[in-house]
Amino acid sequence: MLRGVSFAIGAGEALHVAGPNGVGKTSLLRVVCGLLQVEEGEVHWNGRSSSDPGVTFLESLAYLAHDTALKGDLTAAENLHFSVGLKHSVSAQQIAAILADLGVADCADLPCRVLSAGQRRRVALCRVLLSEARLWVLDEPFTNLDASSTAHVSETLSRHLAQGGLALIAAHQGLSLHSGNVTRLELS
Amino acid sequence: MSGTSSLAAGQLLFQRDLRLAWRRWDQVTDPLVFFLMVTTLFPLSLSPELSRLRDVAPGVLWVAALLSSLLAADSLLKSDAQDGTLEQYVLSGQPLTLLLLAKTAAHWILSGLPLVLISPLVASALGVPGHALGVVMMSLVLGTLTLSLIGAIGAALTIGLRRGSLLLALLVLPLAMPLLIFGARAVELAIIGEAAAGPLYLLTAMLVLSMTLAPLTAAAAVRISID
Repeated sequence: MLRGVSFAIGAGEALHVAGPNGVGKTSLLRVVCGLLQVEEGEVHWNGRSSSDPGVTFLESLAYLAHDTALKGDLTAAENLHFSVGLKHSVSAQQIAAILADLGVADCADLPCRVLSAGQRRRVALCRVLLSEARLWVLDEPFTNLDASSTAHVSETLSRHLAQGGLALIAAHQGLSLHSGNVTRLELS
Repeated sequence: MSGTSSLAAGQLLFQRDLRLAWRRWDQVTDPLVFFLMVTTLFPLSLSPELSRLRDVAPGVLWVAALLSSLLAADSLLKSDAQDGTLEQYVLSGQPLTLLLLAKTAAHWILSGLPLVLISPLVASALGVPGHALGVVMMSLVLGTLTLSLIGAIGAALTIGLRRGSLLLALLVLPLAMPLLIFGARAVELAIIGEAAAGPLYLLTAMLVLSMTLAPLTAAAAVRISID
């Protein structure tokens, strides 16, 4: 599906992967995460293959997929507690603060099945924020978000890049970030 | 923030699955109701004489437990695969083997343990004498644990397949045959008052083997299936 794709991103940089539906944007992101094996090629992190033993790639990675990975029968706060907790400990206060930051504080104690698609997306984004990962891999992060939420997520993304973070984003929309160097990769 | 140890991650996943089951009881009730239905229908189709029921009791109990475990195995990873949680496990940096072992343990508590707890009642209804009930329970503890572990392999291999349930049954059944044979044999020996230690030892050996190999195999299967 993908041939001859090569790119590098450094601290404070974002790569915006664009292209028509079905061109392989999600596949590219999954390859970077190691969820999809490639016939040829490698992903490097800090100069070494990301699959090498001893390379802390997964600890530095947060992935937001199409599916939000939220359990409908758990509340938003519980979902974050269990999913972020797999990587590192997270307090109830930190969860509450992030939910408030993304404007979904009211949803903290609601089962995720009753949330709207946009609210679920924002709760899933809270997981990425709480992960404290350097590399954010985001697959269509603005899907189902309203204009103010989109602006808010863009702002959060800018802050992440300003702090030396990296981002790999597949999105149909253009990215308007206040800080960080955004490169566009057009797949065809 | 401090990194989560592998053991703590497993414990967290275990707690999460129990909490999810607390919110949705179907994971517990479906296999149990199926077990009760099968074991209740058999006596209705056979003679109600206790002596005849006692003869078929080991087979009925074990076939019902096996089919019930197969039914439950289908749900082991399905929801996690559908909502993308399984990918997050893989990317968590925690040993997938340990996470799947934790999930399987929770799954057994929810689907296998209720069968074990209700088995004395069902066995008594099938004419199994009181002195054999301990062996019935012990054989089912060992058997359902092993079935949950083998089921995890089948569930991992059939992630994302449209007719996964049928394929899962085809994959798991051949591996479960020795359990059926030795489990039913243990109950049979206990009913006639003979020592059932031999088949129980074999069931224990199969459990140890499954506990060692099944999580590794299931983890490899998950990685292949999500690719």
